[in-house]
Amino acid sequence: MSDALLQVSGVHTYYGAIEALKGVDVTVPEGEIVTLIGANGAGKSTLLMTICGNPAARKGRVLFQGEDITRLPTFEIVRRGIAQSPEGRRIFPRMTVFENLQMGSITAPPGSFDSELERVFHLFPRLKERMDQRAGTLSGGEQQMLAIGRALMCRPKLLLLDEPSLGLAPLVVRQIFQVIREINREQKMTIFMVEQNAYHALKLAHRAYVMVTGKVTMSGTGAELLANEEVRAAYLEGGH
Amino acid sequence: MEYFLQQLINGLTLGAIYGLIAIGYTMVYGIIGMINFAHGEIYMIGAFISIIAFLVIGWAGITWVPLVLALVLLLSMVFTAAYGWTVERIAYRPLRSSPRLAPLISAIGMSIFLQNYVQILQGARVKPIQPVVQGGVKLMERADGFVVQISYLQIVIILLTIALMFGFNQIIQGTSLGRSQRACEQDKTMAGLLGVNVDRTISLTFVMGAALAAVAGFMVTLYYGVIDFYIGFLAGVKAFTAAVLGGIGSLPGAMLGGILIGLIEAFWSAYFTIEYKDVATFTILVLVLIFRPTGLLGRPEIEKV
Repeated sequence: MSDALLQVSGVHTYYGAIEALKGVDVTVPEGEIVTLIGANGAGKSTLLMTICGNPAARKGRVLFQGEDITRLPTFEIVRRGIAQSPEGRRIFPRMTVFENLQMGSITAPPGSFDSELERVFHLFPRLKERMDQRAGTLSGGEQQMLAIGRALMCRPKLLLLDEPSLGLAPLVVRQIFQVIREINREQKMTIFMVEQNAYHALKLAHRAYVMVTGKVTMSGTGAELLANEEVRAAYLEGGH
Repeated sequence: MEYFLQQLINGLTLGAIYGLIAIGYTMVYGIIGMINFAHGEIYMIGAFISIIAFLVIGWAGITWVPLVLALVLLLSMVFTAAYGWTVERIAYRPLRSSPRLAPLISAIGMSIFLQNYVQILQGARVKPIQPVVQGGVKLMERADGFVVQISYLQIVIILLTIALMFGFNQIIQGTSLGRSQRACEQDKTMAGLLGVNVDRTISLTFVMGAALAAVAGFMVTLYYGVIDFYIGFLAGVKAFTAAVLGGIGSLPGAMLGGILIGLIEAFWSAYFTIEYKDVATFTILVLVLIFRPTGLLGRPEIEKV
């Protein structure tokens, strides 16, 4: 796997004495959309945060572009070209939409701000309308757009998305997934996405992993997992 | 009326000094949620460094007053900022993930340590300084000979404070450093995920707070002409009161609170009894804590997210 942009191998992460990840292996090849599905509390968000070094893995290695980033401080990791739209969106509520986007460009290549801003506004025209509004006053869907837009501002090599569809109306969910597909196709951006909405995520993904209580139990292409009986029974039945 | 005007001028001057100290409390509280009880001592150290700088510059033979003032101010800000940085590094950063009480106790310890440190190094006696800026502008004279005047020093203090406030507000609102500070205030984890060096941003917040406290120390040295190792305690508690009155965490609040405390003190001393001016100030602290814990410009903790 020499063309893997991100390689997570044998990673164990702890919150205090609780072992949240119990030896996780995940590979994210350049240019693909990779998704990780699993139930609440399986450790999906923990994996995304571990990639960013907060908390850092206690055992195992995280390689980004072949470089070991396991023990680097968070701000050093993200400066290498990783951006995350985290669980719960975590927009800065007392800053304007525009300031939130400015915060997203800290690790951006110099001089790219205007073009990236235009690109984000093109993807999410709503953000342009709300530019000078305090982010805390946005609706849930708009906040999600802002969280993704903010992550895109630094033109990352790897985009980590944590449940981009959580709590959103079906129409907005479809819009968000369209945007994800678009940035992958048109900007060749590599995306690693955690989702509960397994159907949409698997349809979109080139490659997928299933996580159960801190371990990866299954992997394959998106289509394979979508057809898999076990996956259907556990994550798809009853929905959609 | 004339008497009132004179007290207004005196109160504003005093308030400017309190306000500059209060900003240090409010910024640190905003970013790491702790009261830096050693901040009053940082201000005291700023005053001492100012006196030392006056002596050194005097020996060096520089006598043009505006240059002397500028140099002393600069030296005091730089060295005091270094103290602020060191205090954070030694006493607070190692306790970043401890329960909230731990850094608070550490701050009180730091405050006692710094007082004793200056007492041992500089002696316990009051340090006087020759008046550097003298004279003033006569604004009014009453029939019985009472003169309302604003001294040149008061003009310097008020103008310098306004300029600093303006520049400071520009930094917080309009630069990427200020944005990072506001981001850390709201969500340190997210700020880190976006590439902010959170530890460095916190350090810089202490540095900025200490530099402003140094300005206050410089002003007080000139204004009263005497300082000692214990001035940080009372000034610190009053500036803390100012920060709470204005709404802890709010920068304009800290300045407003400082000015109000200065005015209350000046008018209380003028019309009631000067002995009880501190009681008046702290009565305000108690009343604010009881009836309006968020202060005048503070925001309630609950927020729609």
